Amino acid sequence: MSFDFDVIGRSLPYLWKGFLYTVELTAIASLGGLFFGTLLALGRLSPIKPLAMIAAGYVNLMRSIPLVLVLFWFFFLMPQVLQLATGGERPPQIGAERTAIITFIMFEASYFCEIMRAGIQSIAKGQVDSAYALGLSYGQSMRLVILPQALRNMIPVLLTQTIILFQDTSLVYVISATDFTGAASKIAQRDGRLVEMYLFVAVVYFVLCYTLSYTVKLLQRRIAVIR
Amino acid sequence: MKFDLDWGVFFHEIPGGGDRYADLLVSGVAWTLAVSASAWVIALVLGSVIGTIRTTDRPWMVSLGDAWVELFRNIPLLVQMFLWYFVVPEFIAPLKRWLVQADPAHAQFVAAVLCLALFTSARVAEQVRAGIQSLPRGQRYAGMALGLTQPQVYGFVLLPMAFRIVIPPLTSETMNLIKNSSIALTIGLAELTFRSREMGEYTFRFFEAFSAATLIYIAIAMTANRVMALIERKTAVPGTIAGGGK
Repeated sequence: MSFDFDVIGRSLPYLWKGFLYTVELTAIASLGGLFFGTLLALGRLSPIKPLAMIAAGYVNLMRSIPLVLVLFWFFFLMPQVLQLATGGERPPQIGAERTAIITFIMFEASYFCEIMRAGIQSIAKGQVDSAYALGLSYGQSMRLVILPQALRNMIPVLLTQTIILFQDTSLVYVISATDFTGAASKIAQRDGRLVEMYLFVAVVYFVLCYTLSYTVKLLQRRIAVIR
Repeated sequence: MKFDLDWGVFFHEIPGGGDRYADLLVSGVAWTLAVSASAWVIALVLGSVIGTIRTTDRPWMVSLGDAWVELFRNIPLLVQMFLWYFVVPEFIAPLKRWLVQADPAHAQFVAAVLCLALFTSARVAEQVRAGIQSLPRGQRYAGMALGLTQPQVYGFVLLPMAFRIVIPPLTSETMNLIKNSSIALTIGLAELTFRSREMGEYTFRFFEAFSAATLIYIAIAMTANRVMALIERKTAVPGTIAGGGK
């Protein structure tokens, strides 16, 4: 058994491209997920029963099936749904990379929803009452009073979820998108260097995620001191 | 192509075999349950041990437990799956020899169980540690004042309480484990998600195949949830809110 760790150096530019896609996917999915997740959380807490039920149903559905299956749902069926919507001759080709971005936004929205819901519910009732007493509308009181506080309280949890998301993006491998893991796996199989490539990928992820979660821990301590 | 659905497709025969597509999904469910159950048993035992030693007064035990949790928590599960299947056997000669002549399904099963068990054990360890640390300090001191040794304090005082406290978080870890078992399809294990995609590819009935898989996952999750809720009720500590406080 002989190892050839030079394969990593040779393929660095390709791996870097994959890594950039991983970062891009994480960034877009976390921001998009936070936006739609907040809307879902408002829906779940809404006094309008049908709206609350639809939001809860969506969130519970997404959270009870594996991410791999969600990726397959979108990858195999989105072209057909789009074709049906646009009435085109053939299913439009949207590609694995873009499918992954849409899937992750939709999927993460359900996880961010639960975090934001907990954040909103942690705000004292008096805050809502005083916002209404000041004559603010529902939208204004949410936007100016409740959500900024909920978001701030939940920053450590949101960042932890983003680190999990960063790791989960590696699953785009199952629809053959070329993220960091996907790039490494393609080279590993082309050159027959599975051991070297997968060890390298594991070390990179470990160093990044460990550093990030340690930073979140420090941040959490600082926020806790301020309050 | 229109969205014409054909729910009878599950009873069509698979070309070349006597089986129907429904049988394909059933065999997938069997693998999903087998992998999840095996991994769950190992994860519960390992995670309890690791979580417990992280609360002891031996620094080397605490460091070992912390390192264990950080190691498995900071590498994507998919990469861990590849490490167990492709990388670890390269460093263990007897394992490699067994792998070469073993049934591929057995090799995939062993790798998937090990991977999911160790990954989940880190998460269980974190919950168990939190459970033990949530107990009032006085319980540990009371045990020590009675002259119990440290293992006895854990065995008779702390763990019986801590395990009951951590059942709700362990319920969600059980569901996570079942969902995570789908990642075993990347090393070729023919579990439920793998089979539903296979069925879709054979029949071009992706909608029907994925709907079935989705419903089965929901059913499994709900069953696991009910079972854990039952255990939670049976083991609730009398006098607490969960135990109908008196």
